[in-house]
Amino acid sequence: MMDYSQFLLMPQEIGLLLVFLLVFIYDTFMPERSQRYMPVFSVILMALYTIYCFCIPAGVGEAFGGMFESNSATWVMKNILNVGVVLVLLQAVKWTNSDFVSVRRGEFYELTLLTLLGMFLMISARHFLLFVIGLETASLPIAALAAFEKRHYESHEAAAKYMFTAIFSSAIFLLGISFVYGMSGTLYFNDIATAVIGNHSPLLIAALAFVIAGVGFKLSLVPFHQWTADVYQGAPTAVTSYLSVISKGAAAFSFLVILVQVFGAAYSQVWEWMLYAVIVLTITIGNLFAMRQRNLKRFLAFSSISQAGYIMLGIIAVNVMGMSSMIYYVLVYIFSNLAAFGVIAAIERQTGRVTMDDYNGLFKTNPWLAFTMMLAMFSLGGIPPFAGFFSKFFIFVGACHQGSVAIYVLVLIALVNTIISLYYYLLVVKAMFLRQDDCVIPTIKSHWTERLGLIICVLGVIFIGLISCIYAYINGSVDAINAMFAAIQ
Amino acid sequence: MDLTLFMYLIPSLIMFGCGVYGFITRKNMIAIMISLELMLNSVDINFVVFNRYLFPGQMEGMFFSLFAIAIAAAETALALAIIINVFRIAKNVDINQITKLKF
Repeated sequence: MMDYSQFLLMPQEIGLLLVFLLVFIYDTFMPERSQRYMPVFSVILMALYTIYCFCIPAGVGEAFGGMFESNSATWVMKNILNVGVVLVLLQAVKWTNSDFVSVRRGEFYELTLLTLLGMFLMISARHFLLFVIGLETASLPIAALAAFEKRHYESHEAAAKYMFTAIFSSAIFLLGISFVYGMSGTLYFNDIATAVIGNHSPLLIAALAFVIAGVGFKLSLVPFHQWTADVYQGAPTAVTSYLSVISKGAAAFSFLVILVQVFGAAYSQVWEWMLYAVIVLTITIGNLFAMRQRNLKRFLAFSSISQAGYIMLGIIAVNVMGMSSMIYYVLVYIFSNLAAFGVIAAIERQTGRVTMDDYNGLFKTNPWLAFTMMLAMFSLGGIPPFAGFFSKFFIFVGACHQGSVAIYVLVLIALVNTIISLYYYLLVVKAMFLRQDDCVIPTIKSHWTERLGLIICVLGVIFIGLISCIYAYINGSVDAINAMFAAIQ
Repeated sequence: MDLTLFMYLIPSLIMFGCGVYGFITRKNMIAIMISLELMLNSVDINFVVFNRYLFPGQMEGMFFSLFAIAIAAAETALALAIIINVFRIAKNVDINQITKLKF
């Protein structure tokens, strides 16, 4: 007889499923004239659910024989992702009501919520079967979402590229898992961890390389990043913003759980050096390629590649501070990146212009959009009073706590790259404020949903760094599971 | 003659390698899809063989391969739908022609 009370451990997943079902029922059964309000309905529902999740206490424990684990850190991570999804959906309201998209507007909301459910399973999975199901649920619908602009050729090309790389990477990941299974005879994270202690066989190294490659594709780490820019450019902007913040954050968290909890015993011998090389390459190449981009969506794609390298610094630190600063980094990254994408989406929807030269003199005609974009760029670049500075600061300190000289060198490389990244972030600011142009983007009137989303993002960028209790709260939640890092020290 | 573990593993890895080779060299999207199927199926063989030879007392690998087959089917369905969409709008499925997005 199954113990149904274990479902009580997963209120976030069940709540999300409920939101999904209500949105689905609304989309299917409501009359045509009220379909127009469906996007706002789903945003409000999602926002209520997010607030509800903040109010109830975190569920702690295991369900389904240890396959699913909920603890304070996964709880915080899921809440942060919820906030990000509310912002993404809010900014997409006007776009989903536009002429050619509105017939399928329900699908956008349903698929987005379903991928979020997959990410929740990924974050909480403590068994590779559940993890793979979560990973596929999180990545497959995004290919369908990328192909959403049916009339646009670029959208389909982006979807095809995303699809093939997603399947290729999951095949590589599954091969790695099969080697792990061959070594340990189990797929539970904790059982594998005890089986691989003291094992540095070539098979383990191969398995780890495959696992890092497989998840690296999802996180778009260099050298697995080739798809990123094309998909970001071709996909609709709402989908791009979802892909760049939410799915990256979820993948980073579960990557940390896999590396630390499953392969923690092989840290210093095996995967520290793999990840080290990947981080140096990711930050540097992401930065260097971002400099030569003129299309802002491609530009933000390469910027997000380099930001993923910074997020990985929190993993290589393998301590409580590294993990909490990683979660904090994802939170700040959600607000700064969604502010940038919100401005791009608002301008693209009305004028269809996305290159950097189009933004010349934007300050004259659209001062508030230019101001928001400037704050987002400052935060992404890490200029002090804004949240991006604090997140970078915490992640560097967390990595330094690891203590070895090699990591200090890594932090130095990351610091130098932060200065390089300022150059291209300020290029956008320079175009908006200093350059002049004959055909400036005319003054546009943004929809109230877009404005509300941008206001929340700006408030987040300004205040998340200054309100220190946010970081303290995340740190306290992660500290409750510090036993996870015990195998490493 | 008894079949050993490696007599299954080596063909499965060769199959995986063929899949990777096909994925990189093929120009037709359908052929790329077939190569990806080869890769996914070789992983299923790996799981079943490891389970049968190394851990005969349990069924975890078998279950995993069943789920992996289902996921691979979903992936193929979605990929074919996207290929059909690309064909409708670009009138071919040759990846040398699908190159508008690049730097």
